[in-house]
Amino acid sequence: MPSIVKPVVMHPGLQRNELGLTVRDYEGAMSTLCAGCGHDSVTAALIRALWESSIAPHMIAKMSGIGCSSKTPAYFAAGAHGFNSAHGRMPAIATGANAANRDLIYIGVSGDGDSLSIGLGQLCHAIRRNLRMVYIIENNGVYGLTKGQFSASADIGSKPKRGEPNRLAPIDPVTLGLSLGATFIARSFSGDKAQLVPILRAAIAHRGFALLDVISPCVTFNDHEGSTKSYRYTREHRIVATQSDFVPPAGEILASVAEGDAADVAMHDGSVVRFRAVPEGYDPRDRQAVYSYLQQRQEQGEVVTGLLYVDESVGDLHEVSNTSDTPLARLPYEQLCPGAAALEQLQRSFV
Amino acid sequence: MQQRASAGVNDFAIKLANVNGTGSASANGLLMQSMFRMGVPVSGKNLFPSNIQGLPTWYEIRVNKSGHTSRAVDYDLMVAMNAQTYDRDIREVRAGGYVLYDSSWPLAPELRRDDVEFIGVPLAHLCNEHFLDARERILMKNIAYTGALVALLNIEEPVVEQLLSETFAGKEKLRASNQKALHLGYEHAMAHYRCPLPFHLERMQGNEGKILIDGNTATALGCLYAGATVAAWYPITPATSVMDNFKTFCDKYRRDPETGKNNYLILQAEDELAAIGMVIGANWNGARAFTSTAGPGLSLMNELLGLAYYAEIPAVVVDVQRVGPSTGMPTRTQQADILESAYASHGDTKHILLFPGHPGECFDFAVRAFDLADRFQTPVILLSDLDLGMNDWVVPRLTWDDAYRPDRGRVLSADELEQISAFYRYTGEDEHHVAARSLPGVHPRGAYLTRGSGHNRFGGYTETPDEYREVMDRLARKHRAAARAVPPPVIERQEGAQMALVTVGSCDPAVREAVDLLAQRGIRANYMRLRGFPFDQGVTDFLYEHDLSFVVEQNRDAQLRALLVLETCVPKDRLRSVREYGGFPLSATQVVDEIASQLER
Repeated sequence: MPSIVKPVVMHPGLQRNELGLTVRDYEGAMSTLCAGCGHDSVTAALIRALWESSIAPHMIAKMSGIGCSSKTPAYFAAGAHGFNSAHGRMPAIATGANAANRDLIYIGVSGDGDSLSIGLGQLCHAIRRNLRMVYIIENNGVYGLTKGQFSASADIGSKPKRGEPNRLAPIDPVTLGLSLGATFIARSFSGDKAQLVPILRAAIAHRGFALLDVISPCVTFNDHEGSTKSYRYTREHRIVATQSDFVPPAGEILASVAEGDAADVAMHDGSVVRFRAVPEGYDPRDRQAVYSYLQQRQEQGEVVTGLLYVDESVGDLHEVSNTSDTPLARLPYEQLCPGAAALEQLQRSFV
Repeated sequence: MQQRASAGVNDFAIKLANVNGTGSASANGLLMQSMFRMGVPVSGKNLFPSNIQGLPTWYEIRVNKSGHTSRAVDYDLMVAMNAQTYDRDIREVRAGGYVLYDSSWPLAPELRRDDVEFIGVPLAHLCNEHFLDARERILMKNIAYTGALVALLNIEEPVVEQLLSETFAGKEKLRASNQKALHLGYEHAMAHYRCPLPFHLERMQGNEGKILIDGNTATALGCLYAGATVAAWYPITPATSVMDNFKTFCDKYRRDPETGKNNYLILQAEDELAAIGMVIGANWNGARAFTSTAGPGLSLMNELLGLAYYAEIPAVVVDVQRVGPSTGMPTRTQQADILESAYASHGDTKHILLFPGHPGECFDFAVRAFDLADRFQTPVILLSDLDLGMNDWVVPRLTWDDAYRPDRGRVLSADELEQISAFYRYTGEDEHHVAARSLPGVHPRGAYLTRGSGHNRFGGYTETPDEYREVMDRLARKHRAAARAVPPPVIERQEGAQMALVTVGSCDPAVREAVDLLAQRGIRANYMRLRGFPFDQGVTDFLYEHDLSFVVEQNRDAQLRALLVLETCVPKDRLRSVREYGGFPLSATQVVDEIASQLER
């Protein structure tokens, strides 16, 4: 992952967040992805969301596996630790990291190869544990670094640049997440920052595992005529099913909510996700209804986007496990070792 | 075959042949524990099938007043409780030995032997007469034969009764049933046979300050005392009881008395790929974390062990070895993961290994594994095995020094990061060739991107040969430096030794006894048991002292010998190999027979 140091250009007029940091403080090294890559737009949205939410950079842990998408942790939040791990293994490494320190904000960036093929099992189990993290799948339907093979998210009939169209049914992370009991599910498009930023902020605030499927076209291998993950195809087939705003805990409640359609979901940290517009009869807290809606729209060939499902009632891995509030990695040793007298006492039963 | 010296007081071996799932394990454990409490050195080896109910299972008990308790392969008494295996069980008794069997049914005439004495106890009849419930009748047969053995082997009755009271504390009805069954067997034996047999027990003071413990329990205790807070695992025989015990100990010692919250988190992973990933993630984030597994799990962990090695992240892996390859024989013992552990993962990788030889070392080395992993920022594999992990061993009581504090190695604090102008992950190596690391969430200046891809000493991505080599060469130096930090070998010399016996892990009691048995034949040998890898200079020096060393180990391919050939400069032809790899614990007679036969060639 070559990375080029980005020159720091300070604009005195730049807005500062609650920590006094500008958006520049959330940038990273210069991207080495192809010009026009959707992933760079996702990175830009992440930078914006982290800045808006005033997350201290050193309290972020950036987690990734292997692939084009997994390179991107180098390109944001230079002040945060990152772990560019192994192909398909990020969920387990993030689980261990989170087990050790529940105070950090975990941002996982993965791709469709990393998450839906080699790492599918680990993704499913991270969902099952309701690990508190933001898990972004930058979904472009192809393997970029190995030059354009279809991934498991490629649609039937999608045409490659050369060779036969894809014949195998795709694995859809959104319906997968719904069936596995994921507690926060969204789909977005790298080309729609306005939609993505508030979803990312809500995902950061979420109590457990936040699954984000972001269609992020590959300009080099999958942006041609006949591709179902191209910019053009996505723009033509995408519907914005739900429109949501993120209202931070101390945020001013604005009265500009469309009556009738509005639904507020109170997040665990005191913030609110406000649904401005949803389809008739749609309830983002009703798993079955969301599932049926998605099935119907997908049958029509539509790419449904928006914050689709939220359940704030389920505890994360630590809550379910009754783990100490102090991060396990910060517990003093004196609190962990039972000592010589206890060992002596215990061994009275070993005779 | 070399026979043990003839049986006598506090010197004999018995084997109990049972059907698994019938409750024999608790009866056999009761017998062994009674012998331990009579102060007699004893060992129990459970030879069990990979099955829950219905297949043959054996338990062997050896008592030896001189303290030699490796597995015996000739038996003075067979308790034949499994009609399926009568044939082979009866054949295994030494000439002049005894067979205890259930005489509720007649023994087929072809099973009879003239050179052994048959002791019939109508166990089923006795239990059917005295107990009503069908399951109880089956369970109590085990306690009834225990009663007969109490009479035949002169086990002190109050010792057994006390154990029953402890086992069934608060369950008076169960205790009374067991007591009754014990008496049924005891009275029958006393009334019909000459008790005790010529070989039997007499109280001695051989177990002062000692405990009965299996290696997996001791390992779990070591992890607890080392301060491990995160554990991740996938269930696998024979390692499961490491985590079961860790959980039990955490329930007892790690629940915060004020908040009621857990100062630990045990993750049952979806597989071993994930288990090691979780361990690496937790260690990266500053917790002490470990996993326990066996060969098949270690195979899966190979991938990420390479990541931890290259990215320099501590990790502790407990491998309780079983018989491979593939699924192999999950309930049988072997030491066949030595080479895989030493070089686990693709590319140039080398790991630190610890080889405990008894449960006391399982405890000590588990603690040491965490210190070494943190000090050298690398995976440490604790290589136990099924014999060591799952059988009860008599060892000196475990001790703990309250002054112990974990060696967390070079980790920069917020203050230290505040004072440096810039942090680069792999620069500024110390005398162990280790660079300081920083933990997430501590200070913005500590931030860096951990990666398994090619990196230079600054932690940046590289594809430049010199930059890549610089880091890899330091890793090689770091591994060599660990040779001085792992536990040194145990070396025992004797006057006029002509050769050496070199071994590892649970072979210890058998090889020590072999040294004694060889000495009785006039063959004097020095002894060395390896306890860590990389090998320190003492290992090489010892091997050079001897023109001939026999390397004793439990695998087909002489893996320890191969590692010695690769990692020391000792000429190959000085190292001969003694291997026993059928899956049962090693016995001294196997070692002596093989060495004698090689010396005759």
